[in-house]
Amino acid sequence: MKKLIDQEKVIKNMAGRLVKNNFFKFLFFLATVFGLIVLVVLLYRIFTQAIGWLDIDFLQNFASRRPEEAGIKAALIGSLWLMVIVAPLSLILGVGTAIYLEEYAKKNRFTAFIQTNISNLAGVPSIVFGLLGLTVFVRGMGLERSVISAGLTMSLLVLPVIVVAAQEAIRAVPNQLREASYGMGATKWQTIYRVVLPTAIPGILTGSILALSRAIGETAPLVVIGIPTFIAYLPKSIFDTFTVMPMQIYNWTGRPQEEFQHVAAAGIVVLLFVLIVMNSIAVFIRNKFQKRF
Amino acid sequence: MAVTKQDSPTYSVREMIKEKKAKQSGLMFVEKLMPKLLLLTAVISILTTLGILFTLLFETFTFFSRVSIVEFLTAKEWLPWNEESGSFGVAPLVTGTLLTTGIAMIVAIPIGLASAIYLSEYASDKTRRIIKPILEVLAGIPTIVYGFFALTFVTPLLKQIIPDLGIFNALSPGIVMGIMIIPMVASLSEDAMSSVPNAIREGALGLGSTKLEVALKVVLPASASGIIASFVLAISRAVGETMIVAVAGGSSPVLSFDVTQSIQTMTAYIVQVTTGDAGYGTTIYYSIYAVGMTLFVFTLAMNLLAQYISRRFREEY
Repeated sequence: MKKLIDQEKVIKNMAGRLVKNNFFKFLFFLATVFGLIVLVVLLYRIFTQAIGWLDIDFLQNFASRRPEEAGIKAALIGSLWLMVIVAPLSLILGVGTAIYLEEYAKKNRFTAFIQTNISNLAGVPSIVFGLLGLTVFVRGMGLERSVISAGLTMSLLVLPVIVVAAQEAIRAVPNQLREASYGMGATKWQTIYRVVLPTAIPGILTGSILALSRAIGETAPLVVIGIPTFIAYLPKSIFDTFTVMPMQIYNWTGRPQEEFQHVAAAGIVVLLFVLIVMNSIAVFIRNKFQKRF
Repeated sequence: MAVTKQDSPTYSVREMIKEKKAKQSGLMFVEKLMPKLLLLTAVISILTTLGILFTLLFETFTFFSRVSIVEFLTAKEWLPWNEESGSFGVAPLVTGTLLTTGIAMIVAIPIGLASAIYLSEYASDKTRRIIKPILEVLAGIPTIVYGFFALTFVTPLLKQIIPDLGIFNALSPGIVMGIMIIPMVASLSEDAMSSVPNAIREGALGLGSTKLEVALKVVLPASASGIIASFVLAISRAVGETMIVAVAGGSSPVLSFDVTQSIQTMTAYIVQVTTGDAGYGTTIYYSIYAVGMTLFVFTLAMNLLAQYISRRFREEY
């Protein structure tokens, strides 16, 4: 009888196959760790470069031509001003769109069109949003290079991210909750406002804070709008010119003097610190308030 | 408790409802108004797209009324700063973009895919839970920080290996951009691979396959559409990336494939013009819209291609 499986051949090949398996497993592991190693190197480099330059004066000083006196005050406060516009605007627009798509929209072509449009908008390079802001807000509406034009541009940039995050959070609210609310005689809006939104809010906030942290670190659209980098005063209203941290860092990076690299590194540490705080808040909200159904 | 209601014998549920309804005209108004308001917010996203399209189209049109579209597409030199003999051939900018994107992909695709295979096929749940968030941190670092890293760390490091390397070059920002994109490739590919049902894996393992064979011969083919879509999205991301190439790539649009010398990408050109003093209304000012349009068309095509691939070739289980 002819043997269907040649045992000897299998055994002979098996050793090689197992060695290959272990070798590739190790290779795949190395690839995974590679990213982590780069992250460590990057952070180590920047922190060591920033040491000695990052102090209270750095936080309290305005931009200066002398590296020793340069500080990030205007940019740090400017980033906060930017958030004053971006946070409420993108949240209202993003969550509104998500509620419409998830709760009200009929399943028709128009809805599908909005949905496709949002996912395509998420893939548009940020610098193109800058061109939009430059043409429509800075020149078209005559808002100049102010907090408001930068804020409007950034809001549109992060809008798709917030919409998608809010949609996921709203979709995760189980239908029983809605039905129970209707059963008690609540109207649709009452159900959304008092049942769906409170349940979905941790998920919405987590996604939105991550989106806003992207807005804090984004540079390209603001470069295009023409946000200046050398500013020695704080904005008094949303119509004043201002600068933000990434712009200031970009400016310092481009300066020829060696010392400004350390100033840039110190600026990056401040920027990363703000981002870490925001991300921690997001993670905290997710772990503390998120309900699982 | 609720004694007052019981005092009047005529007070029925029906009347309570009626009474309540009378107070509700305001409520009904809100009920009718909210969907319309919410629709309005949803329309903003469409207006944004229209805004981008019209902005780019109008200003590009103005540009092409001064510079012929044939010159833009076929000329081999990009010399916008030269008043008399300026030349607007977009080819050098496209080459620069493709060069950095290509380098980024050489870094991001193998490493990203390998990480995805490791996370999806080999890693335990615990390892995955630790590694994935750390990789996401890598994706959350602002691009200006990567640009700084490329210019002040990677370029000097590479210069020790390649002595001819310029201060600005295509290699260093390309590599750093690739590192930035690794988490994106890894996470999208891993999503595609984990959606392959376990029964198929177990079938292959039961036939005596090693884990490697399962990963390469069963899981990869089954999730190929999602994986390729992730590559296409990564390319789109790299093409639109701005700050890394603007900081470390240089500003010399040259039609060459020499990765050790200064180049200029489409995005870096837009940055150069908008940070300089090119006045409103000059040909240079309008040229950024033509370049932006090229960029927009390129990334949109890539995104649509990715959607098409993942929809058309998806294996349903």
